[in-house]
Amino acid sequence: MTLGLLQQEMAYGTVYLYVGIFMLLIVGFVATVLVLARLIAPSRSSKTKDQTYETGESTVTDPWRPFPVRYYVFALTFLIFDVEALFLFPWAVIYQGLGLYGFVQMLIFVTILSLGLVYEWKKGALKWV
Amino acid sequence: MEFLNFLNQEPFRFLLAFGVVLFLTLNLAAILVMGERKVAGYIQLRYGPNRVGPRGLLQPLADIIKLFTKENISPGKADLWIFLGAPIAMFIPVAAVWLVIPFAPGAVVADINVAILFFVAVTSIGALGVIMAGYGSRSNFSLLGALRGAAQMISYEVPLILSLLGVVMLTGSLSLVDVVNAQGGGFWNWYVVLQFPMFIVFYISALAETKRVPFDLPEGESEIVGGYMIEYSGMTWGLIQAAEFAGMGLMSGISVTLFLGGWQPPLEFLDLGQFNWVWFGIKTALIMFTFQWIRWSLPRLRMDQLMDLGWKVMVPLTLVWLVITAAAMLVF
Repeated sequence: MTLGLLQQEMAYGTVYLYVGIFMLLIVGFVATVLVLARLIAPSRSSKTKDQTYETGESTVTDPWRPFPVRYYVFALTFLIFDVEALFLFPWAVIYQGLGLYGFVQMLIFVTILSLGLVYEWKKGALKWV
Repeated sequence: MEFLNFLNQEPFRFLLAFGVVLFLTLNLAAILVMGERKVAGYIQLRYGPNRVGPRGLLQPLADIIKLFTKENISPGKADLWIFLGAPIAMFIPVAAVWLVIPFAPGAVVADINVAILFFVAVTSIGALGVIMAGYGSRSNFSLLGALRGAAQMISYEVPLILSLLGVVMLTGSLSLVDVVNAQGGGFWNWYVVLQFPMFIVFYISALAETKRVPFDLPEGESEIVGGYMIEYSGMTWGLIQAAEFAGMGLMSGISVTLFLGGWQPPLEFLDLGQFNWVWFGIKTALIMFTFQWIRWSLPRLRMDQLMDLGWKVMVPLTLVWLVITAAAMLVF
């Protein structure tokens, strides 16, 4: 009896279908736990209990107003590097057979991105204020 | 074993896999909560929990019962759907990634050929959970925690992903099964030897991704009193906590699989065949212990130090190491 439960040899996509169903089942499981906790636990809500916690003080400000998203530039940089990684992964898989050609290609690619990072660094965009 | 063959049919195998992974995740969370408190106790020269059951080993069970019977308070102003969706979003990645990790030769739930990509993609959902928790609670502290958490998690995801490139290049495959198979034949073949700087980078990024000390700014219990999980109580809080601890176990498991040889025994003659999951367990437990050791030894970083470490040290290091690995593979 093989222990490998869902193997690569299955029809392409079937494994992903199972993984998708698996995630849905996990969502169902967590939701069940939440519902169960709702049923078991006592529920006596009062006006004071429903207030937002702010170290014992009454809440002054509502956080749902425009706020400065300080990680905006970081998010953009993250996006660029994430896409870079996405391009580099297929390259890395077949690198063993590529030789010098592949190395130079990667070098150009990484150099351009590193220049971007250096530019950002020098401009002070990577500084957390 | 012949009579067990009916289990090998499609729906049974799937249900079995689901049960095993869920069991593993939940137990890991329970054991790690317990282990954390015990390790904390012994590091601080006290006993830790020792009242419930023999040596306090039944403490997680008592915790679960307690959490189930506690009231679930949600702030009146909160967006309830986002608020309750956060634990779910946090739980998906920590359970789903176990699907692609091989525990022993041939024992992997879903042997997909882009397992590393799957790991990278699915763990990003965790950041979504943090933002949902912080925004849905509609509290100043939780929003602050969520903003920090989002910035930290996306920043450390870059070195986390880029540090895997060396392993992928040496293996020539994105499947974790191939990665583990390529590390056989003794501990000098593990990627931690050839890729030692990347192991360190991966380890630090894993600490940051699981929001552990010294990177626990999103929680920051001494400054923003719990961060994004401040409004949670009862089992909703319990689920978030379970997801965090299970995430720590998952990161240990992944780093063992990628860099420490997975289920491969350290020496050839220690091969246990199907029972090689023992090696996987031992190595994962050791890595998890180092996580806890660090937690109780180091102070918390400042936010700007954290971002600097991520973007100005680790990202350039991974890029340089990528070129070094590529050049070395070209020469040798």
